[in-house]
Amino acid sequence: MSKAAAATADNVPAPSTARPKTLARRLGETLVPPIVLGCAILIVWYMISYLVLNSTNRFLLSPPHEVWLRGFADWNNFSEILIALWSSARVAAIGLSIAICISMLLATIMSQSKLIEIAIFPYMVALQAIPLLAIVPLISFWFGFGQTSRVVVCVLISLFPMLVNTLFGLHSASRGAHDLFTLHRASRLTRLRKLMLPAALPAIFAGLRISAGLSVIGAIVGDFFFGRGDVGIGQRLREYANELEGEQLLAAVIMSSGLGIAVFLFFTWLSKASIGHWYETRSARDD
Amino acid sequence: MAPAHPALIFDHIGMTYANGTQAISDVSFQVSPGEFVSVVGPSGCGKSTLLRIASGLIRHSFGSVTVEEDKIGYVFQDATLLDWRTVEQNVQLPAELHGIARPEREKLAQDAINLVGLSGFEKHYPKSLSGGMKMRTSLARTLTLKPSLFLFDEPFGAVDEITREHLNEETQRLFNQERFAGLFITHSIGEAVFMSTRVLVMSARPGRIVASFDIPFEYPRNPDLRFDPAFAELCAEVSAALRSAY
Ligand SMILES: Nc1ncnc2c1ncn2[C@@H]1O[C@H](COP(=O)(O)OP(=O)(O)O)[C@@H](O)[C@H]1O
Ligand SMILES: [Mg+2]
Repeated sequence: MSKAAAATADNVPAPSTARPKTLARRLGETLVPPIVLGCAILIVWYMISYLVLNSTNRFLLSPPHEVWLRGFADWNNFSEILIALWSSARVAAIGLSIAICISMLLATIMSQSKLIEIAIFPYMVALQAIPLLAIVPLISFWFGFGQTSRVVVCVLISLFPMLVNTLFGLHSASRGAHDLFTLHRASRLTRLRKLMLPAALPAIFAGLRISAGLSVIGAIVGDFFFGRGDVGIGQRLREYANELEGEQLLAAVIMSSGLGIAVFLFFTWLSKASIGHWYETRSARDD
Repeated sequence: MAPAHPALIFDHIGMTYANGTQAISDVSFQVSPGEFVSVVGPSGCGKSTLLRIASGLIRHSFGSVTVEEDKIGYVFQDATLLDWRTVEQNVQLPAELHGIARPEREKLAQDAINLVGLSGFEKHYPKSLSGGMKMRTSLARTLTLKPSLFLFDEPFGAVDEITREHLNEETQRLFNQERFAGLFITHSIGEAVFMSTRVLVMSARPGRIVASFDIPFEYPRNPDLRFDPAFAELCAEVSAALRSAY
């Protein structure tokens, strides 16, 4: 792009025909750098596998093509990973749903009374501050070693960000907007439904993105401690490590992070689809 | 001239906030239908406090206020639009809050939108509107319930000069058409003199009314009035009163 064109684009709100960057160009700009970096990582990976490690300890980091062949292309192995991943995804989804319900309910109650808010909040912070490891025995004591305990871990880990964001969102309507509702004698419920909840949506979606990711982590971690019943991806990771199945271990790790990414992308999309038409994100300024 | 039945009567009003800040002291004046009264004063002198008392949003500490609270329209300093509602949905909000049935409130909203010159933008969301258009939407929203007393709290402070002049001309046109009672807060002397039948000058905190000027120009007022020597003279007088009020 020439300097002159760039200068014009700065001064005038550019009509869509004169937009300096085409879609293809933008796509190229966002796709090429990560692809280049990815190739570089593959090269370094190969170098470690073949130059740093010798054939006896190569199992510590098998080269990419072997991870592909044993972990992904072998359907027996790959379906095992997928089934475990599906089980963990289900646990994460149940945990997240419960966390959403609890935090929406709590935040709504807290938003209605300053007294209740300051009464509850310290306990929420305390709950958040407890290291997960410290309450693992307690969870097993109360809920056993099966799926229920895994769900409990997901709820505990994803509750706080969801609650804090929802509460912050419910308080985010401007004083002027509140005055408007006061002037027209709106009831508490009307104010909540027509002002506070819609105003909270952007923050709720931001919280949802964080909590969803945490819930996936919670499901995998929970699987480590509470492995009875359905086999989740945490159990598989432990098993592959014990059996020195390096290729399957790496494949399982890659698929776990893939699940995290998929969840994040899903909630980003959901947020955009639900509130994108009215909510102005900060990055929307570079038209 | 004393038109019948004032829409707003302030009788020796004083206001001291809970933290001890004395915002206004001994303010008395009336606004009748067909009067457009502007209040100018240094910032922090209690102008917004005055409007919040008039609208019943806060309780005053001294004196008495007479006003019909159901008939008040309040135009805020910011447009205070709800971002998740389109222009027409925003304009319908007051009617909605008063439980007016959909067909009727749609008609009321459409009339108000036409009145402020926003037709064609009904389906737009606030994020795609300019500052001036947001303010017009806010005006239209206040117009829907056809209030008999309009309270304006520095509504055009955030828009550029040209837009502000346009909005002044339209507010003046609306006033001439509807003949409501208007109480307009501003720190722009030109704006106050251009639109008003009367301009009040407030002192620094605690705010008191220190001067009052009747503005004799006929409505509808022509934009060129701003270049009239008589207009300039009145502005100079208000300005002098304002300066001695600091
Ligand atoms: N809720 C409040 N509590 C305490 N002091 C307040 C409150 N609201 C406004 N004030 C003070 O009262 C004075 C007048 O405020 P305001 O009416 O907003 O002034 P203006 O609109 O003329 O700028 C200011 O000094 C302000 O700090
Ligand atoms: Mg003010």
